[in-house]
Amino acid sequence: MDFLQLFKYGFIQNAFLAAILMSVTCGIIGTYIVSRRMVFISGGITHASFGGVGIGFFFGFPPLAGAALFAVLAALTTENLTRRKVMRNDSIIAIMWSLGMALGIIFIYLTPGYAPNLMSLLFGSIITVTKTDLLLMFILAVAVSAFFTILYKPILYVAFDEQFAKTRGIPVMLVNYLLIILVALTIVLSIRIAGIILVLSVLTIPQNIANLFTNRFDRIMIGSIILGFIASIMGLVISYYLDIPSGATIIFCLVVMYIAARFVKVVTFEGGNQKQNRVDK
Amino acid sequence: MDMPLILIRDMDAAYQHQVVLSGVSLSVHDRDFIGIVGPNGGGKTTLLKIILGLLKPLKGTIEYTIDRSEIGYLPQGNQVDESFPITVREVVASGLEHRQKMGRRTTPSENQKVGSILEKVGLETLQHRSIGELSGGELQRTMLARAIVSSPRLLVLDEPDTHVDNRFEMELYGLLKELNEAMTILLVSHDIGTISPYIKTIACVNRNLHYHSSNEISEEQLKVYNCPIEIITHGTVPHRVMKEHNH
Repeated sequence: MDFLQLFKYGFIQNAFLAAILMSVTCGIIGTYIVSRRMVFISGGITHASFGGVGIGFFFGFPPLAGAALFAVLAALTTENLTRRKVMRNDSIIAIMWSLGMALGIIFIYLTPGYAPNLMSLLFGSIITVTKTDLLLMFILAVAVSAFFTILYKPILYVAFDEQFAKTRGIPVMLVNYLLIILVALTIVLSIRIAGIILVLSVLTIPQNIANLFTNRFDRIMIGSIILGFIASIMGLVISYYLDIPSGATIIFCLVVMYIAARFVKVVTFEGGNQKQNRVDK
Repeated sequence: MDMPLILIRDMDAAYQHQVVLSGVSLSVHDRDFIGIVGPNGGGKTTLLKIILGLLKPLKGTIEYTIDRSEIGYLPQGNQVDESFPITVREVVASGLEHRQKMGRRTTPSENQKVGSILEKVGLETLQHRSIGELSGGELQRTMLARAIVSSPRLLVLDEPDTHVDNRFEMELYGLLKELNEAMTILLVSHDIGTISPYIKTIACVNRNLHYHSSNEISEEQLKVYNCPIEIITHGTVPHRVMKEHNH
């Protein structure tokens, strides 16, 4: 079948749009997460959202709404407790992580009737994205893009050196809280595509590929958007032809791209000796 | 006498109810160059945080006759993540940002200011480099450029000579001496021997603050001020540094 003929299907058109929108939000938010070394926090938020999924199933409201509520609550609680030094940051994250998963499992177990199909929530499915999902993803992509375009410099300066930003009168707490909410919402809306288990990959692998070739925050963001989009489309097409899960295929494509990029970097740029400056150094 | 830029009266400071500074009073005047010395854990950095508005005093008052945006700040060397993806020029430009300017584009005059400061500290050729590619001295020069790019009236420096070599240390203090002709400087250091030729007065901080209105201070006076010193050697250069001191 011709590649373009795929687009006659409505679900493929939706999947294509979802890939664009997810690439934009995850490209931008993922750069912030990786640069600030917030990958573990993001993992905690992701798994905490599963509690909301379970409660959604039990009480009969959309599981993603429950996931969004839990993700935002987990994000704000983690940020607040860390800032007040109530507990060690990694311990708070571990508690949120496991509490969310535990609540999710308990409420799904208690839900009467058939156990809901959790596979698409755990591992994602870009081809089941609905018009409502697309609308929400579009709103989030616009909000994230506008926020980072208008406040790019304060965001960069707060992320780099919070204390100095405070001395310049930048409202550091406000910027941090708004960003952690955007991180939580990005994670939840990406769960439809990559799933709870795999969503961290779309927020970190494109950034690490881009970071092999540039050390500038803005360029990592743009590079991640492009790389995320390429991997999503590749994953979508491969999963369609091989009839395998799309979320897992997208992640597999990202990992292959990362290995290829590392190889290209070693052969063409480094010669194996030059000093690297990486976000995850 | 002229109005002080900052006036601290009978101030206590604490971290989680543990008092670090007690009964501290200090007035900082225009063109002062005060060396703040004392042992580790004595409260030097806490005093700076109070002045910068990063920490609220437990007791006492602090009055400003300058705007907070007129204070430049160079933090301790280990505060920033060197692998963060940001260029030298972006770091320096961050010194011009403040609340009223949030969301606005950089003006040509601001760009010019950043360019001239980069030239002044000898970093114009490295301005597009990521900070992860810099040596310790280059990074410290970047942070100093960020602190002075806004032409502050008060410059606050927290141990600016850590992680730098002797040559840059001399260059740094020479530059600070020159800057002091136009601005007031508060300099935290544990190495009184190195800073004493450049500073004008000394504040000994070890839970309390003792102000010494000269840049010369004897070991006996330091003992009286509860800031004892000992001679240690970094490489081949002997330093008079603050002795570790338990309360």
